[in-house]
Parts: sequence; C-alpha cells; structure tokens
Amino acid sequence: MSNLLQFSISEALALLEKKEFSTKELVETYINAIEKTKDLNMYLTTCFDQALEQAKISDQNYLNGNQRFLEGIPLGVKDMFCTKGIETTASSKILKKFIPTYESTVTQNLWKEGAINLGKLSCDEFAMGSSNETAAKGEVINPWNFEEKRTPGGSSGGSAAAVAAKAALAATGTDTGGSIRQPAAFCGVVGLKPTYGRCSRWGIVAFASSLDQAGPITRNVSDAALMLQVMSGYDPKDSTSSNKDVPNFYNDLGKSIKGIKIGIPEEYNSDGISSDILNAKDMTINFLKENGAEIIPVKLPLTKYSLPVYYIVAPAEASSNLARYDGVRYGARIDGNSLDEMYENTRNLGFGDEVKRRIMIGTYVLSSGYYDAYYLKAQKVRRLIKNEFNEIFKQVDYLVTPTTPTTAFKLGSTQDLLTMYLNDVFTVPASLAGIPGISLPIKLDKNKLPVGIQILGKDFDEQGLLNVAKVIESCASFKDTPNGAAS
Amino acid sequence: MTNADQNSNYISGKTGDWEIVIGLEIHAQVLSSSKLFSGASTEFGKDPNHNVSLVDAAMPGMLPVINQTCIKQAIKSGIALNAEINKYSVFDRKNYFYADLPQGYQISQYKYPIVGEGSLKITDANGEDKVIGIERIHLEQDAGKSLHDQHPSKSFIDLNRTGVALMEIVSKPDLRSPEEAASYVKKIRTVLRYIETCDGNMEQGSLRADCNVSVRKPNGDLGTRCEIKNLNSIKFISQAIQYEAERQVEILENGGVIDQETRLFDTSTGETRSMRSKEDAHDYRYFPDPDLLPLELSDSQISEIRSDMPELPDQLVERLISEYGITKYDANVIAEEKEYVHYYENSAKNRDGKLVVNWMTSELFGLLKKNNVQFNQNPISPNYLNELVELIENKTISGKIAKDVFEIMFATSKSPKMIVKEKGLEQVTDDSAIEVFVDQVINENKDKVKEYLSGKDKLFGFFVGQVMKVSQGKANPGLVNKILKSKLK
Repeated sequence: MSNLLQFSISEALALLEKKEFSTKELVETYINAIEKTKDLNMYLTTCFDQALEQAKISDQNYLNGNQRFLEGIPLGVKDMFCTKGIETTASSKILKKFIPTYESTVTQNLWKEGAINLGKLSCDEFAMGSSNETAAKGEVINPWNFEEKRTPGGSSGGSAAAVAAKAALAATGTDTGGSIRQPAAFCGVVGLKPTYGRCSRWGIVAFASSLDQAGPITRNVSDAALMLQVMSGYDPKDSTSSNKDVPNFYNDLGKSIKGIKIGIPEEYNSDGISSDILNAKDMTINFLKENGAEIIPVKLPLTKYSLPVYYIVAPAEASSNLARYDGVRYGARIDGNSLDEMYENTRNLGFGDEVKRRIMIGTYVLSSGYYDAYYLKAQKVRRLIKNEFNEIFKQVDYLVTPTTPTTAFKLGSTQDLLTMYLNDVFTVPASLAGIPGISLPIKLDKNKLPVGIQILGKDFDEQGLLNVAKVIESCASFKDTPNGAAS
Repeated sequence: MTNADQNSNYISGKTGDWEIVIGLEIHAQVLSSSKLFSGASTEFGKDPNHNVSLVDAAMPGMLPVINQTCIKQAIKSGIALNAEINKYSVFDRKNYFYADLPQGYQISQYKYPIVGEGSLKITDANGEDKVIGIERIHLEQDAGKSLHDQHPSKSFIDLNRTGVALMEIVSKPDLRSPEEAASYVKKIRTVLRYIETCDGNMEQGSLRADCNVSVRKPNGDLGTRCEIKNLNSIKFISQAIQYEAERQVEILENGGVIDQETRLFDTSTGETRSMRSKEDAHDYRYFPDPDLLPLELSDSQISEIRSDMPELPDQLVERLISEYGITKYDANVIAEEKEYVHYYENSAKNRDGKLVVNWMTSELFGLLKKNNVQFNQNPISPNYLNELVELIENKTISGKIAKDVFEIMFATSKSPKMIVKEKGLEQVTDDSAIEVFVDQVINENKDKVKEYLSGKDKLFGFFVGQVMKVSQGKANPGLVNKILKSKLK
C-alpha cells in the first residue's frame, strides 16, 4: 500500500471518507516509511503504538460518519511542541527525558480534529540554527540528493525533511527568524509562518517570545490551508495570541489574483545569490503577470538592518527564556559542590555551543550600560522596520522575494557563523514585523535541489497569501520527488 | 540650646547632631485567591509545593496571564494612597538565578509602574500630621522559599509562594526617625487592611519592608545609604533603623565613609550586617516581558474602582471626631483597625461617645492586654458595652461599680444588666435610703464631724468615702454629696 504516500491531506481525507483505505492502513504506511527513511535522522521519538490506537478511533469515526476535520491524518511534530506523555527535548541534552504532563495548544488543536501524532521531529537545539546541525542527536539529512549529505535547513529541519521524504503527511514547525520557510525551501515543500499571534505559543518551548510563531509544513498549499485552519485560534492562556476570527482558509482558496498588486523589493538580493534563484523569482513574476497581477518594484531600505536587529532581540529574549533550564526542577542536572556549581555544570554540559553563544550575546545586550546601545536601539529599529512594511502595504498587496540566498548546502560546509546567519536574511524581516510569510518550491536548481520563493502579506492576511501561493503553485507545477523519499 | 532639643529626632554625636533619612520599600502581598500570573491558589500554610501550577514551576512553554483581580487591587491601593494611576504600565523581567526562582526571572514593573506618585499622612512623634511622599507602587511576583535546615547537605524548595502577587510601595526619603518609619508602616498596613488589598499579616510575611537608611548633618547633603532587607515586624524596623543610623554616625565621626551596600538585620543581636556590597550587586538585565502585552487601563475602569472605594482611615477619623465628639487621639486609636471601628460604632450607638471610647481604649484594651487575649477573641460584645455605658448614663450604677461589672463581663461574657441584677449592684438613688447611710456615718464619726464643723473642710471627702463604703459603693455619689452637705451644717 506504499502508494498511499503520494496523497496530500485533502486527497487522503477524501479517500478515507470513501473508505478506499483505512486510517490504520494509512498510519501503517507512514510508520513503514519512517522506518525506511531512518538514515535521514529525522525523528527523535516515535509514538507508533499510540498512533495505531488513534487510528482505530479514526476508523470508527469514519465508519459512523463522525469524522473530524483532519480525521486520521498522520503528522510529525517538531520537538519544540510539548506533547503530553511523549519526551520533548527541543533537540537539547538539557531536556533529555523530559516528559511533559501537558499538550501544547497547537498540537492539542490538531489532535482534537482527529490528526494523529507519529512522533517528534528533530530541529536545531532550542530552534537556534539554520542547518539543523545544532541538534543534540545529530543533524538531519536532506532527502534531496541524500547521498551528498546536505542540510535540510533549520531550525525546523526535521519537519521539512520528513514532509519531503514522505515520512509524515505534514508536520508542525516553529518560525522565529525563518525556521519554517528556510527549511521548507531547502526541502522543496510548503512552509507557512502565520502572523504573530495567529497560533498560540502555549506549550511551545520558547526561544524568542516576541518572534516565535507556529505554522505548518506541508506538501502543497491546500494542505497548508487545512493545517493552519486547525492550528490557529485565540488562546486565553497566551496573552499575545490574537482573538481575530479564523477564516475558512481551505474553502476560500482559489480566488483569482487579477488586479492585485505584487511588490518586488529590490533589497532582497545578495552577492552570493545564485542565478537559479534569480531565475525562480523571474519565473514567479511571470506566473503572476500571466494571472493578471500587477508587478511593482518597491524599496525596503531598512531590510539591511534586519539581521543585526534580529541577532540582538532574539538572543536577548532567549537568554532570559532559557534561564529556567537550571537543573533544579526537571531535565538534566549535573551536580556540583554548590548551587552555582550545579548551575554551571548543568548548563555547560546541557547546552550546545550555539545556544551558549546566543545566551551570552543576549546577556550582553541586556546588561546595564549596554541595554540602551543594543537592545533598546534594536527595538526602535524593529519598530521602523514594521512601519516600513506597513507603508509598503499601502502601495502593494503582497511582496514576492526569494526565500533564501542559496539552495541547500552540504552539512558541515559552513564554518563561518556570519555566513550561516545570512541564510535567514530574506526571512528575518517578516519575523521582526510579525507579518505572515509562505515559502513554496518553484523549480530545481542545476544541482537538482529545490528553490523556494517567499510571499509576504499584511498582518492576518494568510488567506490572501495562500491564494497567491496557490496560483504560483499551479503554474510552477513542481512535481519532483527527492531521491531520499520513502516510496 | 542644642539642636537635639529643637528636634528630638536627631542623633547627637561627638561632632554634633545627625539627621536620619529613611525611605521604605514595602512589599505587600495582594489579597487575591490566585497568583499574579497563574491560577494557583495563594492560601497560606499549605503543604510545601501544594499551590504550584505549571506556570509557577516554569515548565517549558508555559506563559503568564495577568490576574485582573490583582490589577484591581493595585489600582485600589493607589487610589487609597492619593496616587496617580498610570493608564499605561509594563511588566518587565528582572533576571537572576536562584533555586527558588523557577523562571530565572521575576516578573516585575520597572520603568512603567501601574501606580505613580502619591502621599500618606502619618502622625509624627509630637502628634502632628506629617505627609510622606509615595514614589510609586508596582506589581511583581514573589519568589519561592528555600529551606536550608531540613537536611545536612541538601536544600529544599517550596514553591507555594512563587508567583504570588506583591505590591511594592516605595516611599520618598521623607521619614526622619525610626518612630516615623514605624508610624508610616502602621498606617500603610491600616489603609491596605481597610480597603482589603492586603491582610497586613506581618508574621506570615504578607507585609515586609526594605529600609533605606542614611545620615547627614541637619539639612545637609544626603549621605550614602544602606538598604536593610526584608524586615517583617514594626519593632524590627525601628530597631534596625536605629542601629543602622548609629552605626553610620559612628563610622562618619571616626573619619570613615559609608559603603553603599545591602544589609541584613539580625533579630537576635539587634545588629545589621553586610549582605552584599554595591560591586556585588546583581545586574538584573530588566527588559519588557515579551510574553505579556503592556497593561492599558481605561478611564472608566479606574473611575469605577474609584467610585467603589470604602471609607479610608483619614476620612473615618474626621467622621469619628464630628459624629461622636471624641478627641483626634482617640479617633486615631479606633481607626487603627477596622475591627475596632466596627466594635466602637456598635457599642457607641445612642451612647456618650467619649464615655464609650474611654471604656474601650482603657478598660477593654487593658483587660485584653493583661489577659493576653486577641481583640477578635474579645469576650465582651459591643452590645454589652453599650448596655454597660447605658447603666452608667442612667445612674443605675456608678462608674466604680461599673468597673467591677466590667471585669465580671470579661470573665463570663454575661450581660451587664444581668450581673447588676444578680449581684444587687443597682445604685441607690433613693434619698431616704442614702440618709440612713449618712446618719450612720455621722453617728460613728462624731469626733471627725466636730473637726469638720470647726473648719477642717478637707474631711468632707472622708465622709463621702465612708458613706460609699457603708453603701457598698451603690449610693449615688451626687446624692451622697448633697445629703452630706445638708446634714453637716
């Protein structure tokens, strides 16, 4: 039954309803696919027994005609989401064997609608990284040209790779500076970062609270709409979640984009950007024009400040958010002769280098005497960046940019941190502004690696974003499958 | 005449007088059933780690949600302290590591507190009103408790108190003596109890104070201050300030300098000792908590609370003076505790307010103190005190007899009317009956009568005393006087 892997969520739901196959068969097929793709190192923890139990319930619901919105859809969950009774580590040694007694709001929303958890997916430690190389249990291998051992991107590298390798029908991710969109681009799948506040952060291990946002990683745009619809919604337990109504994203897909204005920001360019990526952008512009959209070159001159601002704000928040991992109450503890020594031992051995680096940067920029020069100034620039987007969205409806300056690079090839941080140069601005963004695959580059294009929109206009993406998707007709995928 | 004579607050040293300058930070636990950012209970005295939610234990992914009751309580407290309520305030994170601080930061308010400048009227040592400035009130989370004495090599952590809402009430450096500081803390406690925003229970730690103390030459430049942390009784606050001020004077007079530092008060020795110097002070790395939106209040929200404020102690004192005709001193004593006010107003109904206040503050408080009984365990109901004063007013008993009745009331909780009846203590107001007593006394003291009549007027008191004695105190003293006077002519 391995052909079941080919179906998207919407297709699988339709076929399950018609009883073409059972949820049990679908889940077993995915369990099998996970076993087959083990070498890609995507899953940290699996929960197959629980998944099969859930499948029984789903099959019963289909039998009784009581099926829920995502009944029987097998998903992978980024290890940043706390899952009740299932080890949740944020890919860090410091949370080894941490088993939450609670379920994150976003995953709870999915399970409530009948989706099934296959297991927890690797990511960069505490979502800090762009290559999945900071994961405590080792890097995930991109299923595209898997023998070349390329990065799946990060931090949601396990999620994007699993969806591309058909080891999950879809997955959850979190995006703080590009952690959904960049790996989606590298793995040739769709990644949507919703507006800040669209999805509850409750129960998601915090990296940078003012930037963190959960979103779906899926095979196609329609699936992203289905997933987002269930994941979204106001949560009284998260004071920053929005009480805006959640539209019926899936049903409202497919609107014409005739007459809409698309801005092409000239700053979303860089020295090292490949011709394949520029070509993908041009292709996208042509698709949009063919469908009646108006293309307008625009300027976002503050874009160049986004990375520096991000690397002050995110580490500052992280340095405080990660203070709770102190060995006192849960997770790893390495004893010492005093409380301070226990802290030092635990945090020294529990955190990896990238996490430590960011904690140190964050501690520095918040220190007395440096706060005004770094943190406060960064927050002011962040406000200006947000204003710049607000202004540009008075002229255009959406922005189209490349998702990344390069396609997936080889694991271990980037020694230079700044080069690594530059991976997020096109995704970070939207995170700082809180606006939604989606990445979708357009084509393969000369190395047979997927190239992603990003669309950005106004606050809470995920619907419009999905519509534009849907149009581009059908024009691009990207149908390739990575050689590392299960079949 | 020295300055010390002019101002009894000064410390007189070898080099002359020194003035103490004090500012207080009072941490008042907000009365609310759940914590500032979690739904866990705030009930005191539960087993360790009983009142702990996932948020309090800082489990991964947990987020704070503001408890609106605590916000309301802070606003109420601000209004009671004549303070400006800030319509925009921000919760910040104060970062430091400690085993009983699960998040690794305390959520507090730094640059933008919920309550701004205000003031509080206190009574100084000379009974004069003095207005003390309030700098601000901000809301913050309490930390947990570390127990270091339960095990030879381990420390235990109790998170019951973690996350409980505190109001930090910061005064201006307007206090000038340990007595003023004590009076200020008492008044704050009274006000908060009145408006029911803090139970003021210092033994349970619901109200604690950090004292900033410095000394200077009278009206000179401010000296370097030391902060004495975490004092939990009014007595300790006075003692610690006194000790600390004298310590500083001694250092300065010996040519030394004061190091700005944080100090602890040792309650067993009555001394303060250094806890950490300025150099060792934490860098708390305050920044706005990104998990919480700025707190914005509407005018209507504030005015609703304002219009719903109960009577405040100062207003009450004014009313007691005008309504019951009692002195300001007595009114202040009654106003100190809400339960006193309740008791007084019930026992003074239709009675002479001054008489009732005297009975309450001297006789009742005296007996409570002597027998070590708490006011809320008071065996005499306000109705019975009212009844007792009525018996005095209508001359059923004399004041002297009343004291005996009062003691019986205290011991038995019986009604005074019943006691008077049972013991036959009614005052004798019948002229003829008193005449019998008077005649008896005159007959038994003929020599004294002679002396009196020959001009020794002072003996009159002796006769009154004898008549009262013969009547077992029941004779109406006014009538005794009148009849004695007429018979001793």
